[in-house]
Amino acid sequence: MQKQVELSPEQIRDQKVYRDWGLTDGEYDLISEKLLKRLPNFTETGLYSGMWSEHCSYKNSKPILRKFWTKGSRVIQGPGEGAGVLDINDGQAVVFKAESHNHPSFVEPYEGAATGVGGIIRDIFSMGAKPIASLDSLRFGELSNPKNRFLLDKVVAGIAGYGNCIGIPTVGGEIGFDKCYDGNPLVNVMCVGIMDQADIEAGRAHGTGNSIIYVGAKTGRDGINGATFASSQFSKEEESDRSAVQVGDPFMEKLLVDACLEITHKHSDILVGIQDMGAAGLVSSSAEMAAKANSGVDLNLDLVPQREPGMTPYEIMLSESQERMLLCVKKGHEQTVLDVFERYGLDAVVIGSVNDDGQYRLSQHGELVCDIPTKTLVDDVPEYTHPLVEPARLKQPAPHFTPEFDDLGTMVKQMLGQATIASKQSVYQQYDSRVQANTVLAPGSDSAVVRIRGTKKALAMTTDCNSRYIYLDPFQGGQIAVAEAARNIVASGALPIGITDCLNFGNPDDPESYFEMSKSAEGIAKACEQFDAPVIGGNVSLYNETDNAAIYPTPLIGMVGLIESNDQITKASAKAADELVYVVGKTFDDYSGSEIQKMLADQISGRIEHFDLATEAKNQKLVHTAIVDKLVDSVHDISEGGLIVTLLETLFENELGFTGKTALTREQLFSETQSRFVITVPKQNQAAFEKLAGDQATLIGTTTADHELHLELSNDNLNLDVNEMNQIWKEGLSWLMKSKA
Amino acid sequence: MKFAVISFPGSNCDWDMYYAINDALGEEADMVSSESTDLDQYDGVLIPGGFSYGDYLRSGAIARFAPVMKAVKKLADAGKPVLGVCNGFQILVEAGLLPGSLQNNTSMEFISDWAPLKVVNNRTMFTNGYSKDQVIKVPIAHGEGNYYCDDATLQELKDNDQIVFTYEENPNGSCDNIAGITNRAGNVLGMMPHPERAVESILGGTDGLTLFKSILNQVRS
Repeated sequence: MQKQVELSPEQIRDQKVYRDWGLTDGEYDLISEKLLKRLPNFTETGLYSGMWSEHCSYKNSKPILRKFWTKGSRVIQGPGEGAGVLDINDGQAVVFKAESHNHPSFVEPYEGAATGVGGIIRDIFSMGAKPIASLDSLRFGELSNPKNRFLLDKVVAGIAGYGNCIGIPTVGGEIGFDKCYDGNPLVNVMCVGIMDQADIEAGRAHGTGNSIIYVGAKTGRDGINGATFASSQFSKEEESDRSAVQVGDPFMEKLLVDACLEITHKHSDILVGIQDMGAAGLVSSSAEMAAKANSGVDLNLDLVPQREPGMTPYEIMLSESQERMLLCVKKGHEQTVLDVFERYGLDAVVIGSVNDDGQYRLSQHGELVCDIPTKTLVDDVPEYTHPLVEPARLKQPAPHFTPEFDDLGTMVKQMLGQATIASKQSVYQQYDSRVQANTVLAPGSDSAVVRIRGTKKALAMTTDCNSRYIYLDPFQGGQIAVAEAARNIVASGALPIGITDCLNFGNPDDPESYFEMSKSAEGIAKACEQFDAPVIGGNVSLYNETDNAAIYPTPLIGMVGLIESNDQITKASAKAADELVYVVGKTFDDYSGSEIQKMLADQISGRIEHFDLATEAKNQKLVHTAIVDKLVDSVHDISEGGLIVTLLETLFENELGFTGKTALTREQLFSETQSRFVITVPKQNQAAFEKLAGDQATLIGTTTADHELHLELSNDNLNLDVNEMNQIWKEGLSWLMKSKA
Repeated sequence: MKFAVISFPGSNCDWDMYYAINDALGEEADMVSSESTDLDQYDGVLIPGGFSYGDYLRSGAIARFAPVMKAVKKLADAGKPVLGVCNGFQILVEAGLLPGSLQNNTSMEFISDWAPLKVVNNRTMFTNGYSKDQVIKVPIAHGEGNYYCDDATLQELKDNDQIVFTYEENPNGSCDNIAGITNRAGNVLGMMPHPERAVESILGGTDGLTLFKSILNQVRS
């Protein structure tokens, strides 16, 4: 077969080819002059470009990631491994992580989203945990643009196609729409797993002579150097850069999950380490496993299962073909492991071994094609701090915005039909949310709740990030993102125990973008400490810009909470008529970044006011105590759209009505003041609840059986048919998807 | 009573079925590989949902050739209960143990929700614990649940009381709202909804448990 012509080391230097692969002149000089003291060849240059990409090395974001609070009494494994691990008592642990698949999902939305699901699942079971749930946080441009309707449709189909087949329930997530995501949709996927603490695995390769085993799909020419692709900006011309997107096979992944969990559970004595082949494929998994254990590896590329003939070492090592894992197994015990994989019908091959001189050596056709110190791929990546410049919009916020509208009822109807507000049922009903038969609260709840079989415990989980607030005030917005996630968790009866994040930002070389990233990370860190929810892992997605238009800074928060006793699980829907309805927390005129501001002004602006962590924590504590004391029947947190949207959502499921009176203005029904909940309390608990709540909660009315809403306000009256509102809310998204713009 | 839960590569509701029998029903179920060829020791067979062999080619089309299917036929011929849920229903149809076929949902989308079902025939070994025309609530989760058969077959199904469950609100376009049917002898039931997901109140309902209890009633009486 014909061997592809590779450029010589001198040609790479003279033609500066490395620049096309994302390495800077300075990085290339560092490699050739200091680390290798010779010119790297074609393959080696390719390996550095993948491993030193932002996606693999976090070279631009490390200084920011260090700001995160990662301690906490439950942390067993913090950031740095495939996924973080937290103690959930009784010798059990929860493992979770979120990851972005933004760029591939824009180019090829079905496969981009599907392989995003596949990748994050591998991170979870490579820790030895059984994946029990996944969630998706999605952002698109406005649905008036047909391209965005196409992206939403295909991304959802991709998540469903992969997630449903593999048998992990998709239990939650959220979807938001804003113009800034035109050309830069966000697809962030979170996976949660549970395990016995004794079964925790690590991605390490040590012990001279121990074998490196490749398992799963064959390596093909798909997603070659995708990590570098993910670490650059888009331009219109690159929309068709399809070779950098992978294709998923969920059936193969299901077999991989089952086989790998069998090995981690039954053969942990001979398994040294296990890691998935994610970004930068075979090179990142093998180099990271060896570097973490201060060892090296010798790999024979002729042994790597390949989908097509004639692949170069560069292609083999940087392919991002899906559904592949790398294992390190004790010498002499390889057959035991190979037998398990054979039973599942999976390709598994010994492709090399661990060495003790720390070199990363690759051979192909009897020739040595790479011989470099392993650590230089992983640990010698330069770190970049960037200048911070406060964006002008933050220095001089726009004046206070007050919503002005004619008819209140009409305004409520318009609000319920907004893409961000309307029910997402048409999306989440495409996901199997109940497989594994543990789902207690399915999508559509404040947070999903999955019980842990055989115990009284349950896990609550949510994803959240209101990027509008971060755009207006990165520090407070970062705090609010965590606070709102915690509010979701508390509403379901749980207490937060930790978070994972996906930091979706623009180009880090833009000092204003870097400022947003830095300040929001500080806000997240501060709030995490307040809620005792350490950051245990996550990922970074930079360069979310197309032709220099950046997204709102969007650090997605994926939070997990623990419910000690499953009789505390609380729903968002009111159960019955004649229950008292309270608003926990004070309502002010907060319209900056609100949905109503976006609707009426077609932009967001202004200053974030009336938020502080102490009030947030106090209100959450009240709600949690009321749940534990069994004083409340339902709890729903107030977020986008304000009190009126939350109140109606509380009534929809059981077709209830409401009658009440409040001192609030009609405008304040749409205020998005933080730290608030709508709760319902059975009448017999009124005295006990009011004693507990003091002035933190205000009684606004009672639920009724007639599905009509009557609310007397200080400057208006609101009368609505709740069922009619329900229909507008339920069908809103479908209408927008069918609209012809 | 001892059940075999058949696990094909790609089955993903196999453990749900296993727990429904062992924990919720309190009877015994073994996980049995689709490679096994002998089911003689079992009193009944449960074929769970999922995506056997990735559902590549067509749902259930590859699974029907699995070694275990001969043993399933043998057990069905002996009159013992055989239940296929979701992908299990698709496999039973592909294997010729039940008539008709399952097509893509008319929406061309996967649908996951709670579905109200009517118990059309409560005189089967799977439904004797329900009352006639009782409406029960059971989750559905499928992309190819649109049951189809020709008119002659449909008439036969009706004449022989083989239609057991119908949807109150048809989610997938199935003919005559069919959600579940038996073979003519009444000992093989295929249904798209998932009774094994409705066996505990914490998960939203226990209407599915009655189906498994019905099998016990029949066998013990």
